[in-house]
Amino acid sequence: MIREPLIFEISEEGKKAFTFPKPDVPDNDGIEQNVRLRKEIHGFPKVAEIEVVRHFTRLSKTNYCVDEGIYPLGSCTMKYNPKINEVVAGLAEFRNSHPLSPVSTVQGNLEALFTTEQLLAEITGMDAVSLQPSAGAQGEMVGIMLVKACLEDRGEKRTTVLIPDSAHGTNPSSAHLCGFKVREIKSNQFGTVDIDSLTEAMSEDVAALMVTNPNTLGIFEWDIKKIADIVHSKGGFVYMDGANMNALVGRCRPGDMGVDVIHLNLHKTFSTPHGGGGPGAGPVGVSRTLEPYLPVPLIRKVDGAFRLDEDRPKSIGRVRGFYGNFLVILKALAYILTHGPKGLREIADIAVLNSNYIRKSLEGLYHLKYASPSMHECVFSDALQKKHGISNLDIAKRLIDYDVHPPTMSFPLIVPGALMIEPTETESRRDLDFFIEAMTAIAREAEENPNLLKQAPHHTYVRRLDETAAARQPILKWTNGDRT
Amino acid sequence: MYPDSFSYSKDHEWVHVEGDIGTIGITDFAQKQLGDVVYVELPEVGTKLEYHQSFGVIESVKAVSDVYAPVSGEVTAVNEELNDAPELLNESPHDKGWIIKIKVKSGAELEKLMPVNEYEKYLEGLED
Repeated sequence: MIREPLIFEISEEGKKAFTFPKPDVPDNDGIEQNVRLRKEIHGFPKVAEIEVVRHFTRLSKTNYCVDEGIYPLGSCTMKYNPKINEVVAGLAEFRNSHPLSPVSTVQGNLEALFTTEQLLAEITGMDAVSLQPSAGAQGEMVGIMLVKACLEDRGEKRTTVLIPDSAHGTNPSSAHLCGFKVREIKSNQFGTVDIDSLTEAMSEDVAALMVTNPNTLGIFEWDIKKIADIVHSKGGFVYMDGANMNALVGRCRPGDMGVDVIHLNLHKTFSTPHGGGGPGAGPVGVSRTLEPYLPVPLIRKVDGAFRLDEDRPKSIGRVRGFYGNFLVILKALAYILTHGPKGLREIADIAVLNSNYIRKSLEGLYHLKYASPSMHECVFSDALQKKHGISNLDIAKRLIDYDVHPPTMSFPLIVPGALMIEPTETESRRDLDFFIEAMTAIAREAEENPNLLKQAPHHTYVRRLDETAAARQPILKWTNGDRT
Repeated sequence: MYPDSFSYSKDHEWVHVEGDIGTIGITDFAQKQLGDVVYVELPEVGTKLEYHQSFGVIESVKAVSDVYAPVSGEVTAVNEELNDAPELLNESPHDKGWIIKIKVKSGAELEKLMPVNEYEKYLEGLED
């Protein structure tokens, strides 16, 4: 395959893709001098329309997406994004409404948001929900800010947040950014929170425990009620990272487990586009105790009309402009309504079934560090392949040759050489078998022909990339022929 | 492989004390677990470290990890070479890849660490 040049490299003087029509309005209001300062953007590529189209079409063909095949990226819940979501978010009435419109003219928009809040509160078992945070990490941070605001309001100075060693890296970051010290809680031999370590670490200096359930090993924290009791007995809050809510949705509710605050990732559990196709959305759900601190504005229904409530003296304030990622929230609403209660339960059921189908099919071929029952994802490692000199990276790269997106690698940190597989409910038996066959073939190749794996991928646009060099000496920009 | 004169922590840091100055780095086992190191965040000279306090961050192609002080004391020097050559942590973890030097507060803390034979046994347990 020929390397696709950068668009700058095909630039030629005199070429043009598009010419704007001359303005048909008078041009004499003084804007001209201030705005039209640049006749030309320096370095902007000069290309014909067909060159732009071909360039980006060719690049897009080297991409991989969930519309193409299985995307078993553990903890990311890369499920299919139903096209009806896009239809709903694309309705002109939604798409063309301006965020500064008078509230009386956008009652439908507010009703959609209000309904989503209510549905998410019901699904999570929480008392109130804010749709404001733009993504999971912000939702997490807002969650911890709420805890902090409540503690300050009570005049309590607690300095520590407890986080299990299997947690997402964003958990300690959120706690740290809110000014807390982080103390790690070790997992036990079952891969769950060690009750003795938690009891020992829990004190009146602890503001919160940040727990993910099921955790990143795909194991349900079956002691969650006991865990919550231990934290509550010393006046702490239980924060739940809702990243893995796909395993629970419709089946059980964090609010019933003693969780005080949770964030959700609409771009995981509720099928809005994930990654570059985002943006995301990270709503936060809270118990009654934390409700006064939720970000403003909140949507209220008064006498049959919706309004934005800004008058909330204890609120932590605004966390973003306007009201959340509105069109993303609509997609999640469409997803919830098209499934209904029965459909949502089935999502969790099939997500867990699919993960266990993969686990049972690959057990023995790949090492499984924790034998506890799996929920929506299972974490294998490269321990059996190591003796042939094969690492999880080699396995992941070889999967690309089988037209499969690799699973998450080297996370959670407590499983050395981890391969974290989350098929989601999206995949059919046929697609799961396709993945299992590829993984089975790779396990055999690791024994018989390890070099094949070490040099993989073989059938891609570019071969094995030097990720170390890219990180150590990154080339960040292109200026007039020089990459710097 | 692991120098006799070093003391080792369960988190895979080593310390080599000469006089009252302790040189601190990560072990060969640690660098292998991390994979290729691409960036090292160093503390400032003069920073006072408590036992087991995080004093730096090591970023590898796989993960970002804290490094913890195996003994308490004040930082007297940092290995500036790591700024341009983080690969020293992979290539020479017990020598050129040292991370900081500290003025050791109390020799008693060294007792909590493992001598080489104990550390090697500890590693065998981990590799099962």
